[in-house]
Amino acid sequence: MTCLDRSCAIRMENITKVFGSVVANNKVSLEINKGEILSLLGENGSGKTTLMNMLSGIYYPDDGQIYVNGEPVTIRSPKDAFDLGIGMIHQHFKLVDVFTAAENIALGLNEKGKLDKKAIAARVKEICDKYGFDVDPDQKVYDMSVSQKQTLEIVKVLYRGADVLILDEPTAVLTPQEANKLFAVMRNMKKDNKSIIIITHKLHEVMDISDRVAVLRKGEFVGALDTSKTNPQELTDMMVGHAVELNIDRPDPVDPQVRIMVENLTCYNSDGIKALDNVSFEARSGEILGIAGISGCGQKELLESIAGLQKTASGSSIKYIPAEGEEVQLVGMSPLKIARLGVALSFVPEDRLGMGLVGDLNIAANMLLKNYQSGSSPFTNKKSSKALAEDVVHQLDVKAPDVDKIPIRRLSGGNVQKVLVGREIAANPNVLMTAYAVRGLDINTSYAIYDLLNEQKKKGTAVIYVGEDLDVLLELCDRILVLCSGKVNGIVDGRSTTKEEVGLLMTNLVKEDE
Amino acid sequence: MQNKTKEPFVRLAKRDGMPTLKAWGIRLVSIVAALIVCAFIIYAIVKLNPLKVYVSMFEGAFGTGKRTWVTIRDAMMLLCIGVGLAPAFKMKFWNIGAEGQILVGGIATAACMIYAGDSIPTGALLILMAVVSIVAGALWGLVPALFKSKWDTNETLFTLMMNYVAIQLTSYFVALWENPYGSNSVGIINQMSRAGWFPEVFGQAYALNVILVMALTIGMFIYLRYTKHGYEITVVGDSHNTARYAGISVSKVYIRTMLVSGAVCGLAGFIAVSGASHTISTSTAGGRGFTAIIVAWLAKFNTFVMILISFLLVFLEKGAIQIASQYNLSDYASEMIMGIILFFILGSEFFINYRLIFRKKGAKEDAAK
Amino acid sequence: MTQLVSLIQAAVVFGTVILFGATGEIITEKSGNLNLGVPGIMYLGGIVGLMGAFAYESMATDPIPAVCLIISMVCALAAAALGGLIYSFLTITLRANQNVTGLTLTIFGSGFANFFGGSLNKLAGGVGQISVATTSSAFRANIPALAEMGFIGKALFSYGFMVYLAIIIAIACQYFLNKSRVGLNLRAVGENPATADAAGINVIKYKYLATCGGAAITGLGGLYYVMDYIKGTWANDGSIEKLGWLAVALVIFATWKPKNAIWGSYLFGVLFWLYFYIPDLTRSSQEIFKMLPYLVTIAVLIIVSLRKKKENQGPTALGLSYFREER
Repeated sequence: MTCLDRSCAIRMENITKVFGSVVANNKVSLEINKGEILSLLGENGSGKTTLMNMLSGIYYPDDGQIYVNGEPVTIRSPKDAFDLGIGMIHQHFKLVDVFTAAENIALGLNEKGKLDKKAIAARVKEICDKYGFDVDPDQKVYDMSVSQKQTLEIVKVLYRGADVLILDEPTAVLTPQEANKLFAVMRNMKKDNKSIIIITHKLHEVMDISDRVAVLRKGEFVGALDTSKTNPQELTDMMVGHAVELNIDRPDPVDPQVRIMVENLTCYNSDGIKALDNVSFEARSGEILGIAGISGCGQKELLESIAGLQKTASGSSIKYIPAEGEEVQLVGMSPLKIARLGVALSFVPEDRLGMGLVGDLNIAANMLLKNYQSGSSPFTNKKSSKALAEDVVHQLDVKAPDVDKIPIRRLSGGNVQKVLVGREIAANPNVLMTAYAVRGLDINTSYAIYDLLNEQKKKGTAVIYVGEDLDVLLELCDRILVLCSGKVNGIVDGRSTTKEEVGLLMTNLVKEDE
Repeated sequence: MQNKTKEPFVRLAKRDGMPTLKAWGIRLVSIVAALIVCAFIIYAIVKLNPLKVYVSMFEGAFGTGKRTWVTIRDAMMLLCIGVGLAPAFKMKFWNIGAEGQILVGGIATAACMIYAGDSIPTGALLILMAVVSIVAGALWGLVPALFKSKWDTNETLFTLMMNYVAIQLTSYFVALWENPYGSNSVGIINQMSRAGWFPEVFGQAYALNVILVMALTIGMFIYLRYTKHGYEITVVGDSHNTARYAGISVSKVYIRTMLVSGAVCGLAGFIAVSGASHTISTSTAGGRGFTAIIVAWLAKFNTFVMILISFLLVFLEKGAIQIASQYNLSDYASEMIMGIILFFILGSEFFINYRLIFRKKGAKEDAAK
Repeated sequence: MTQLVSLIQAAVVFGTVILFGATGEIITEKSGNLNLGVPGIMYLGGIVGLMGAFAYESMATDPIPAVCLIISMVCALAAAALGGLIYSFLTITLRANQNVTGLTLTIFGSGFANFFGGSLNKLAGGVGQISVATTSSAFRANIPALAEMGFIGKALFSYGFMVYLAIIIAIACQYFLNKSRVGLNLRAVGENPATADAAGINVIKYKYLATCGGAAITGLGGLYYVMDYIKGTWANDGSIEKLGWLAVALVIFATWKPKNAIWGSYLFGVLFWLYFYIPDLTRSSQEIFKMLPYLVTIAVLIIVSLRKKKENQGPTALGLSYFREER
């Protein structure tokens, strides 16, 4: 399927990009024709955004060659990309908040003369009319809704005369109606012979909008298919790969009892977008509850709500039900209050060095983070923390030159994670929540972590495991809750479900009216 | 494939960390480099052998017993302020307001000396002065902290303005306490009775300064490193998210730490007035509130390292004053030299934190073959 | 009436010094650089301008006023821009902390200026003996016909050209920031460098140019102070430093808009000199009065943070260094 002729808008050949020791893209080749909508499909961390960032000049490839209209090109900066007619709409919008729409569009343009806002407004209107947008040139970005901001981003790219548009998960932040509007615009642009690459996880969108689908998995190119000749099942298989036997232990739960009862949990993230929508479930003692979902579907907010770090909307309820004694309502409690109520809640957050640990402190001092206040002495208890640190280092086989000198940010990611998990487990929790506990870790370390979680489970802890690797979720968890766009899209039994079932639940929202 | 892909000539990458020894080596090299640059400047101006000039600088700072003690006194002053700033800066609260906190501490001290000098025995008077200067400095630090924690008001600019309010307040009191009339200064307070002056210890006028400041230095070291408060400061300075995760109230820590920081700076004002100048004027702080920021910053808030840096800076100051008088120049040369050396040290941090990656020319050619 | 005129005159002269400083600092801060070296840069501009004029006047037997002006202005602009360059290199290229670098620049600038100022004084025969009469009078020249036109003439036209230059520069900067493409790009760099970068703007170049250009304007404040305010002499009394910090305060007061800095600077001047015109103040209560500009600035700072109106905040990325690969 090579196309060297002029109908091929862009061809990427053997593109490789390495970050430190992680190969984000390994010899990926990809092409897109003119007047075509291509879906780029893949799980989290499969290297889709990295690949596209090299087209838009954010990253520079370590190896490989990019051709635009058949000519080999070098894209060293976003400006180079613009000059070649490539424009990308990033997941995190690149807009200046205090500027108006027109000012954002005019930004960085190499046009001569003074800033003529009227002329810009006129051209914006022209573009809007042509493709069916609606943009007010004088509106400030901070007054815009998410969908308006996205529209502005697209207009900005078109204003620069882009022929190739890359949209990074454009519908993640949109309502279904807004998404339909976007698709209508995309079809208009396609008619205008523009090429569009859309990065997405949502299979129904892929089937709906694209002409071809390219699939990446773990940084490698898996294949490209015509949309008309494939189906969601085949695409899911390509995306997740075949089920891999991992041989992770899964002891049967002993006498499971409800520990955490979540009812009608709704919350909004810092951008004011609904991150969790009426979520209800329970976590039981002696059981591992897996949480699956495309990244950013509310996993972070879910765990942080339980931990007392997230503001929840009214009507939400999170109850902690101890083995003995009265149940406790956790909504509206700070982490400190939750701890003072005797709820032994451990939490391994996703952002290890930005939330779970203090990078400048050594291992021993980090052991203190959640219980430094214990005791009446004005001094921190260095002795006990050092002993605990040595225990953790010894038990989890942490590679570190010492426990009380080297700042933790100098350790490798795996060792940092072991310290964090070790600390949270050492607190003897009744409830243990982990977010992406094995992300970036090697196989052996990952297995060590699974063992630790199983040990907790056997001790009767209620474990909540947010993961991204479906194979692991399927072998480790007793039940799997699948989140999709902030909603619970199903809770399945980990022993009987299949990878395909979970994959489909992750990517297709079961419509409520069906 | 033609070599159309041109890698940039130099790229940057963050270092994971550097052995402490090597990092200090780089800093040392930068100081030496700065001294060489200064040597050229000195030579250009006075046409003298820079080495000889540096020797006379050394004599200026440590040449006689008296000079040595003055150098020590001034270094202690700078150190004391740096110690006061360390907790604020460690939690990334830009307290540019040490200057004002020193002055209000100084005013409070001078007020005690003037109004209570005759009626209270010296021991009790000194304690009273210490307490009121601490309270004054703490209050001056508290105001911006309150606004910062309540409304996130920019503390850098707020504390900066507080300096000038304090300077005007000082001018007010200088005018009020003017002595003799028309001199536009307060003069030496209690020159005859020496009430409220630091007593001589071991026969040295400034020994008490050293004892006090060293106690503060050690105390602050312990406070920052071994106490729960110090732990909270570190966490807040690292990440507000981590602080929330650990159940730490950021605003509470802001307010408490600025009380501590302001208090120590206020105490520095007490030492400056009662232990050194025995007077109060708008130059009592004399820019040291700003210089001390650099002391704290370069020492990475390690109060023991601050001792070294304070001495280095005061040594430069005294030495430059010496060459200035020796060669009939303005003694402001010291500030200029200090500025140059600080530029170099600040620049050197880059080489500790970042790595330069040059384009691998050789590798490309090999690949072509 | 005479009192009012002299208050206005004092306020305008005072205001002009900090107007230059504030306008330059606004341009600098719009690029995201918080340069606390304003006093240092004003020192550099003042002393080098003075040195240039002094050198020329002591060499030429019959100095020509126009040449005096050009030499001193070129010297001041170059020295101030060089100060900005040092700051830029350290903070932008070497990513040193902006606050600490700015304070160091202030220490260096004040040391440099007072060292050479003191030495010039000694060369000239003693403190206060240095004088560049021709240059200073050229700076202070006004149009007599206008200046003597009663109240209006005295209040509006009795100043040297730098007073009007300051207003023109401030208006030009206001226009530049809001109406020109380059100004728009510059504001984007200070608001959100990653966005500006993605839009194809050379962030590093903009930061360098804005910081050095802003420093040059700031330096004119120092020159005006030396040539007009203290009439072509030098005094090691720390006044420039005070004025420099007031200029930093004025930036906040003006909510980062040059047009507000114009009237704000004169208001600061009025507030600063008001004590002189209020009868029956003791000398000590005068000092309390002099707090006014600072208290007003603090009040503005608090109000701005309270109202959270986005247009009145400083640039979002102010004080942060930019490194593309850090995301």
